[in-house]
Amino acid sequence: MIAKQASRLTLFLLLAPAILWLGLLIVLPHVEILVLSFSERVAPRVYAFGFGNYLEFFTEPLYWRTFARTAFMSILVTALTLVLAFPIALYIARVAQGRLKAMLLLLCLLPFWVSELVRTLGWMILLRETGMISYALRSIGLAGQPVELLYNDGAVILGLIYGGLLFMIVPLANALESLEPAVVEAGYDLGGSRWTVLRRIVIPHAMPGIVAGCIIVFMLTVGNFATPVLLGGKNGLWFTEQIYAQFITRFNWPQGAAFGMLLLLLSSAIVWLGLRLTGQSLGTTLKQA
Amino acid sequence: MASSTDLDIVNVTKRFGSYAAVDDVSFSVAPGEFFSILGPSGCGKTTLMRMIAGFEHPTSGDIRIRGKSMLGVPANRRPVNMVFQSLALFPMMSVGENVAYGLTCRGVSRGDAEERASRMLERVGLKGFGERRVTALSGGQRQRVAIARCLVLEPTLVLLDEPLGALDLKLREHMKIELKQLQGTFNTTFAYITHDQSEALVMSDRIAVMNQGRFEQVGSPRELYHSPATPFVASFVGETNRLQGEAASASNGTVAVRLSSGAIVQGQGSAAAKAALAFVRPEAVALAHDPSSLSNLPNRFEGRVSAVLFDGAASSLLIDTAGFEQPVRAVLPQAGPLAGIQVGAPVHVGWTADAMKVFAA
Repeated sequence: MIAKQASRLTLFLLLAPAILWLGLLIVLPHVEILVLSFSERVAPRVYAFGFGNYLEFFTEPLYWRTFARTAFMSILVTALTLVLAFPIALYIARVAQGRLKAMLLLLCLLPFWVSELVRTLGWMILLRETGMISYALRSIGLAGQPVELLYNDGAVILGLIYGGLLFMIVPLANALESLEPAVVEAGYDLGGSRWTVLRRIVIPHAMPGIVAGCIIVFMLTVGNFATPVLLGGKNGLWFTEQIYAQFITRFNWPQGAAFGMLLLLLSSAIVWLGLRLTGQSLGTTLKQA
Repeated sequence: MASSTDLDIVNVTKRFGSYAAVDDVSFSVAPGEFFSILGPSGCGKTTLMRMIAGFEHPTSGDIRIRGKSMLGVPANRRPVNMVFQSLALFPMMSVGENVAYGLTCRGVSRGDAEERASRMLERVGLKGFGERRVTALSGGQRQRVAIARCLVLEPTLVLLDEPLGALDLKLREHMKIELKQLQGTFNTTFAYITHDQSEALVMSDRIAVMNQGRFEQVGSPRELYHSPATPFVASFVGETNRLQGEAASASNGTVAVRLSSGAIVQGQGSAAAKAALAFVRPEAVALAHDPSSLSNLPNRFEGRVSAVLFDGAASSLLIDTAGFEQPVRAVLPQAGPLAGIQVGAPVHVGWTADAMKVFAA
């Protein structure tokens, strides 16, 4: 009896940091934000319960258009990242051996040794009007005057893909690595073309990894702040900017809280939809990531 | 030319760097034949099979199927299908989809492919299994799916790469017979590779014994067993007693070999060189209590039973015999006067000169 109690106590003590972390840093703030999002300012310093903040979102086109744009662009970035990462992961998992494999993974990891801000500033150095690419284009005669490559959707997508690539490659490479070489050979042996083998054997096998990578990249992209702001400038129009503006610029915390809840709802809904469409369960997907 | 063979391997060599995995091998397989390549692991048999399937390319030589050279033909365009050692069933597909896969790759319509797949499953005794996951099958059933997946394409040649290796003993014995019967009913040419001599002996019409990239001998199971061409074949195929000595004298085909102890054995063969190896099968060793009953045998020795290795019909006796470095292995008599023989019992052993094969070492 005492031993049982002691082991329970040990379990509790071991779990305590995790529970505290989850409770204090994740659950509690979210509950607070949820409550906050339903409070309306009826008079200076007087707040009452109401749906006004959410109503504001639907009545002001700038808000829901930015919201929809963020969702669409994030899906696009996720899809492009998947297309780019797949051949790289395939190479790392199935072709590269030993040291080369470790080297390639390290190479993918390398950009993450500097902060996101510095990485994004790096892109700005390359893309801005007085930047290296503009200079190179002028010196080989492809452009007559300085070219501004920053502050457009292309630059935002580029930066977001760059930031998401690693998180797509790792779960993909993990999933592809577990595919038995003989199964691929059997696919060819029975008459399959490269495309058939890819479509009917390799991709179905890698599906948990594909979904895991897509979820991670989508979440990171939707919630990204620095990249759209720095690379997109005024044209960035990312929903996180709206949240930032409400909290920091306008000092309208209830409105910001409502936007935050909406963003959480959006990413959850899209992840759920993705899982449903691919027929994957969250459990198998998390194992892969 | 109308080809009377399904497969011709012509002077095929495969080098990995300076190492020749397959060294100038030639053979032909006739239509409907069950041809085995038997050899220890690392002898090059898998490399040879992968070259026939199209996964490796010979350094030199030619591979012809029904007279057509397969050099430069990719694996997915060869009329050859392979049953892999691990079976390599597609875990993401159902049993029926596994069998229909090859047909749909060829452009057969989905409905037609499913129809033919289910008929094939019926022929291999898996009627109604089409919807199951391959992971839900037993070892023997998976085996049959792997073979059905090949046979449904009606290939000229089916390659089998030790497909029975992963099965337990009882099932393996059963599948040996089943494979042979399947091959008979479909009348398809099988090329089978294995390191298990019993698999090769039971199933094959002809066997090639391979060692260090070369074929030592090609022949029927009986030929290999009873008249091995090389010392390697003699010791690799079947149980045998191996004696080392020096060729002492030879007269009309009979060679006398002096063992290091001074004992002399008589055998058949040629021993031009001094050093000689002599082999005698356990079942060729006659046993008796009384030496007079062995008096017509040229090789007679006296010994004492050192071990009884009971294994049902494959039981054997080890007999410590004066003048021999290794105990002589003989079949355990389980009927007649010597039935129930015990360890330590004195016994006389003998064999004819015909039963002993002598090779230059």
